[in-house]
Order: sequence, then C-alpha cells, then structure tokens
Amino acid sequence: MTKHVLCAARELAVGEHRVFDVDGRSIGVYNVGGEFLAIRNRCPHQGGPLCEGVQVGALISEEPGTYIYDRPGEVVRCPWHAWEFDLRTGTSWFDPEHQRVKFYEVQVLTGEDVAGLMPPRPGMLPGPYRAEIVPVSVEDAYLVIDVGHIPKG
Amino acid sequence: MTGPTTAPLGRRPAALPADVPVIDVDVHTVAPTIETLFPWLDTHWQEVARVTQFRGPTDTAYPPGAETSIAPEHRERHSVAETLQDIRDHVLDPWGTERAILNCTYSADAVKNPDAALALSRAVNSWVREEWLAHDERLRGSIVVPSLDPHESARVIDEFGDDPRFVQVLLPVRAFAPYGNRIWLPVMDAAARHDLAIGLHFGGTPGHPTTSVGWPSTYVEEYVDMASAFQAQLMSLVAEGVFDRLPALRVMCLESGFGWMPSFLWRFDRLWRGLRREIPWTRLPPSAYVREHVCLSMQPFDVPSTPQAFERIVDQIGSESMLCFATDYPHWQADSAEQALPPLSDGEQFRAIMAGNARSLYGTRLGG
Repeated sequence: MTKHVLCAARELAVGEHRVFDVDGRSIGVYNVGGEFLAIRNRCPHQGGPLCEGVQVGALISEEPGTYIYDRPGEVVRCPWHAWEFDLRTGTSWFDPEHQRVKFYEVQVLTGEDVAGLMPPRPGMLPGPYRAEIVPVSVEDAYLVIDVGHIPKG
Repeated sequence: MTGPTTAPLGRRPAALPADVPVIDVDVHTVAPTIETLFPWLDTHWQEVARVTQFRGPTDTAYPPGAETSIAPEHRERHSVAETLQDIRDHVLDPWGTERAILNCTYSADAVKNPDAALALSRAVNSWVREEWLAHDERLRGSIVVPSLDPHESARVIDEFGDDPRFVQVLLPVRAFAPYGNRIWLPVMDAAARHDLAIGLHFGGTPGHPTTSVGWPSTYVEEYVDMASAFQAQLMSLVAEGVFDRLPALRVMCLESGFGWMPSFLWRFDRLWRGLRREIPWTRLPPSAYVREHVCLSMQPFDVPSTPQAFERIVDQIGSESMLCFATDYPHWQADSAEQALPPLSDGEQFRAIMAGNARSLYGTRLGG
C-alpha cells in the first residue's frame, strides 16, 4: 500500500500548504492555484525543514537590472540556507542535476474512489451482523498521495 | 648601471628551457613628471604646471624607497624603468621576452580637477605610445584613464583603443565605488567595444581608507590588505552582472596575489546558492564567471613556493588557465630569477603560465 489519503481537498485552500506525516515521511503538500504539489519536508543540503521555508515565485532575468517573476508560489526556499527548490520537480535552482528533493504526485479522488483504496482490516470476520444503519454520503473530494516504494527515513 | 645587469632578475633562469616563450604581463615604467608630458599637454596645462605648484598626481602605491618599490639590485639608482633601455637591459633582453605589458600606474584618480585628470591621462597615453610602444615591438601598453569620471574615461578609451598596441584599460583596484556598479558601465562598454581587457592594478584612490575597516597605521597593512580590494572588485563585477552584459570582457588582476582565490570562490559560490535571487541574472556559480573571465599575474607570489603547495592552490582554484607570468619589474617581488618562475617543471601548465594564458586573455592584440 503506497497510496495514502491525506485530507479532504477543501481543507487545503489556494495558497495554503500543510505538512503531513505519511507512513513516517514528513511531506509538505501545497495548493498552488488549485493544483496540489508535494515535496519531502527535508532539505537535501543539511536536512532542514524545507516546507517551513517561504514560498516564492521562480525569479529569472534576461539581463542585469531586469526581473521576470514567473510561476508564483512554485518555489520554496529552505529556512536554513535559503536554497530554492521547485515544487513541480523537486530540483534545486542552482544545481538541478545534483541537488534535488523528492516530489510526489497528489491525486484528487472522490470519496468512492478513496473508499475503494481502503484495505479490509485484518482479523475481521464476515457477518451477518445487525446494527443501526445511518446513511453516509461520500460526495467530497480527497487528496491522495502516492509515496511509492522509497525507503522510509 | 647602464649595460646588461648580472642582478637576480636580469638573466634568464637556467630552469627556463630555451624554447619556452615568455610573456611578461606586468612591467612598469616610472610615472612621468609633468614636464615629461609637456609635448602632449596643451599650453594651458603647461602654464599651470609652470606657474603653480601643480605637479599632477604625486601619490603612488609604490612610494620611492619602500622595500617593495624597487628590487635591491636597482636600489643604488633610486629609480629605474626611466628609459626604454632600462627595461630592455633588465628584463626584455635577458629573459628573451616575446611580449611585455607595460603598465604605467599613473594615479590619474588622484587628480580631482576633472579637466586636468583628462588632459594628463591623454598625455600619458600619448607618451607611452610614442616614447615606448613605438620603439620596441615587444611592448604592449595599458590605457590610463581619469577614472574618477567614468564618461571621460570612456572617451579616452575610444581615443586610444583603436591602436592595437594597447591591450587593456588600466584601473586602480581601489576605487570610489566597486567596478560592477552601473556608474562604471561606460568604461566597461568602451573596453568591450575595443576588445580591450580591464587591467586591475594594485593601489588607487588616494584619500579613501586603504582597508575596508578604515585607515591602517602602516604600509605593511595596506600592502597585505590589497588582496581584499581585488576580491571586492571581482565580486562586484560578477554580482552586478557585468560579465552577463559583456560576455567577451576579460579582467587581468595585476599584483593581486592569488593565494586568496580558492577561499574567495568557495565562499562566494556557497552563499550564492541561497542568495542568488538578489542577482537573478547570474546563471552560473560565481566561480564559473571568474574562471572564464579573469586572470591573475603571478607576482607577488603569495603562496608557499613548493611545487606541492602551488599545484594544490591551482587545483583549488579549479583552473590551470588563470595564472600569468610577470616579473613586476622593477618592483621587488622575487629574490632570484628562479623565484619569478612558477614552481613547476616544464610542461603544459608551465608553458601556459609563461605565455599561453596571457595570449588567451589578451587575444590578437598581443600579436606575434
């Protein structure tokens, strides 16, 4: 099981982010303009809490004295040494080949899809059981993350 | 002492194989007196010099008589490099020098009257051209500019920059503002326009404290701390994007030393990772700009002179193409001709330092 349900999608508004513990991994999930992006909350430099850093745009320049502000909110700077990481790719700005943080795909699934992800609990015995029945609807959408088969740590 | 000398620098060292070409990137003339410049000064400035005490710049980073200013073998004369014959006898002939860059460190930046500074700068460049460059094809020159005024400096570069015997614009390393600052763009643009290098030379800007923390009490402090001025200038040129604007611009650091370079690059690169947003035009780590655009003259030699120590520094700098041979004649930097050589056995790197690196930096203007 590598997919984890994080929260209802409406709990993370545009511009907000939240850090989740996913099976022992600390992962920051960001709502960037309605799109959900996730990176490991651990700077590859010295292990700083990356997702506590400021969220900024991707700043480039065509020539000295000009500033092209692009992709608002898609870059996070580590609070320890201000290294920049791209939320979309996990790559650092200064050395994208070698300095990168793990990034994850976040899916937005319906309650029904989410229910289908739930495994049967071990030890459960089949019924019949009798109980009071309360109707529950699963109309909401949920954020689901796939952390794959990477080692914990 | 008029004939060839037997003094330490005045012979080609035995360790220098006969087939190794020599390009000496730092040879000095004395600063000319104002009377020497009369043929190139108009009547007004001649009269000013005659009827007032005005002598042009009188400050120098190499005070006459200071130990560093003149090698011991020349000291009995108090002053050398007064004539072309001095330079021929003391360095060009004995060393078999193919090309030598003549640097007249005339402190035009010590003259506060902008018109006088302009007139004197023009006169010095004319004097260098007509009295030195025209008489020995081994010599190449550096353009003196009235650097308190960047716009006038650019005019002077335009006037003399078409002469292929000038290879660089000489700027004193200490300045009233760092050279990456946009106020200097006219100078940098003019240098690039004429395919001239920028020669940053030890000294400059009298009247300002000679260290970044204020006035030192002694000459030794001023001398040692000059390395920090070179760092500040290279830092400014990179950070302000001068090399991004002018990708062909090259800088030669003269009498900068080079032992400080590894720690400077390490520090600059490391901090750039977190602070590059402030200067988003820098697309590469600062060290990459420095390695691509900057060379350093090898005198004064400020690292241990063992081959191991030297090779380690070169390795840490991360480039074998940055150091350039210089005698720094007539300043006293090496006690023997051997000491002026890179402490390496003959090979590719040795030959690059003796000539190849300077040839790459100065390009076709070096000729030959």
